[in-house]
Amino acid sequence: MSLTLLNVIVAVFIAIAFAALNAAYLVWAERRGAARIQRRPGPNINGPFGLFQPPLDGVKLMAKQLLIPGDVDKILFMVAPVLAMAPAITSFVTIPFSSHIVGHNMHIGILLVFAFASMGGMALLLAGWSSRNKYSVMSSVRAVSQAIAYEIPMLITAITIVMITGTTDLMGIVKAQTGGFWHWNIFPFKAGLFNPLMLMSFLIFFICSLAETNRAPFDLGEAESELVAGFHTEYGSMGFGLFFMGEYANIVIGASLTTILFLGGWDCPFGLFPGVWWFLLKIYLLIATFIWIRWTFPRTTIYGLLNLSWKILIPASLFNLLLTAGLLKVF
Amino acid sequence: MGAYFSGIFSGLWSLFVGMGITFREFFSPTVTVQYPYETLKMTARYRGHIELIADEEGKPNCVVCGMCEKACPSSCITLAGEKPEGAKKKVLTGYHLDFTKCSLCGSCVESCNFNAIEFSREYNLASTRKEDFHFDLLQRLKDRNS
Repeated sequence: MSLTLLNVIVAVFIAIAFAALNAAYLVWAERRGAARIQRRPGPNINGPFGLFQPPLDGVKLMAKQLLIPGDVDKILFMVAPVLAMAPAITSFVTIPFSSHIVGHNMHIGILLVFAFASMGGMALLLAGWSSRNKYSVMSSVRAVSQAIAYEIPMLITAITIVMITGTTDLMGIVKAQTGGFWHWNIFPFKAGLFNPLMLMSFLIFFICSLAETNRAPFDLGEAESELVAGFHTEYGSMGFGLFFMGEYANIVIGASLTTILFLGGWDCPFGLFPGVWWFLLKIYLLIATFIWIRWTFPRTTIYGLLNLSWKILIPASLFNLLLTAGLLKVF
Repeated sequence: MGAYFSGIFSGLWSLFVGMGITFREFFSPTVTVQYPYETLKMTARYRGHIELIADEEGKPNCVVCGMCEKACPSSCITLAGEKPEGAKKKVLTGYHLDFTKCSLCGSCVESCNFNAIEFSREYNLASTRKEDFHFDLLQRLKDRNS
C-alpha cells in the first residue's frame, strides 16, 4: 500500500514537471507556429529560436503582484485557478505513456480521465462567478454550456471504443490495438470488425477535445473581442498563469487520449523501434494540428457551436455506437 | 435530409481547404521586417521633416529670401540671415524649424526657388520632451558635413 502511495506521489511530481514544461514550451510552439502561418518569425530574440522566452515569461508572471479585486468572493476566486490546474495534472497519473511508463494504471482509467476533464468546466464556472464581473459570468455560462454539449459526443465515442476493445483500462485499450497500424481503432478493417465509420468517430473525438480545451475555433469562453478576456478577466500574475498551464495541460491530455483511443498509443505502425517515443510523436503531431487549426479558423458563434454538437456530432456518434453494437453482435 | 448531409460535407471540405492554405503559408518565407535590427530604405517621395541642401563646398544653398517662412501655414520656420561686408548675397545664420506644429504639407519645399530645402527620410522621431522637436537645421547641416 505504502509503495503504491509513494508511486503515486512520485508520479504526481513528474506529472507536474511534465505539465509545466509542456505548458511553457507549447506556448513557444504556438507563438512560433502562429507566426509562421502569418509569415512572421515569431519570438526569436531571447536565446536561439527564442527558446528562452517561456522561462522569462514565467519569471515575469511570478514576479507580478497577485491582485484580488475588492468585491470578489475571495475563497472561490483563489480556488478556481487551482481547480483548473489540479485535475489536468491528476489525469496525467493514469495515462500510460508506454507499457512500463505509467503513474498508476487503473481498470477504470478512461472513466477517471473523463471525470477529471469535466471538473475543468467547474473551474471556469467558479472563476467567472466569483470574479463579480458581468463579462466573466457570461463567459462562464458559455463555457459550461459548451462543456456539457461536447462531453456527450465525446463520451459516446469513448463508449464505442470501450465496446470494441472490451475494457475501460487505458493500457488494455492500447494492447487491443497492437500489431501494426491496421489494428488501430481509427481504421475500419480491425480484426473481425468492419466498421466504416471509425474515421468519423476519430474526427468527432478530435473536434470534441478541441472544444473541451476551450481552444479556437471554440474559444467562446475567452472571446476577447466580446468578453474582454472571459473568465480570467480579473486574474493577473500566477492566477492567470495557472489557467494558462491548465489549458495547455488539457491539450496534452486531449491529445494523449485521442492517441490512446484511436491511434494505438505507443504502438509503432510497422513494428519498428517500439517505445515511448512513438506515443510522444503521435501526441505532438496531434498538438501541432491543434495549433494549426487554431490559427486557421475564425471563432464560431455560440449558436453555431451548440448546433454543431446537438445536431451533427451527437446524432453521428450515436449512430456509430448503434452500428458498432450491431457489428459486434453479427461478427 | 439531403441538404443536411451536403451541408456537413461541404462545410468539412471548406475546413480542409482552409487548412491547406495555412499549411502552404507555414512553409513560405517570412515577409516582415525586423524593425530595430533591419530597416527599410525610405522611398523617394517620403516626407520627413525638412532639411537644408548644401552646395559643393558644404555651404547651404539658401539665400535667405524668406519665401518658405511666408509659405508656412503654421509658422514653423524662423530664418535669420545677414549680409557680410562686401558680399553680394545674404548668408544664412540661423534656420529654426518647430516640428511640433509642422504638418508636412510641403509648401516650404514648393515655394523655394533656390533648391535649398528638401524632405528628409527621417522617421525615427520619438521623444518625451517638446524641445527635442525644435530643430536647428543649420547646426544639423554642419553636423552632417563634419
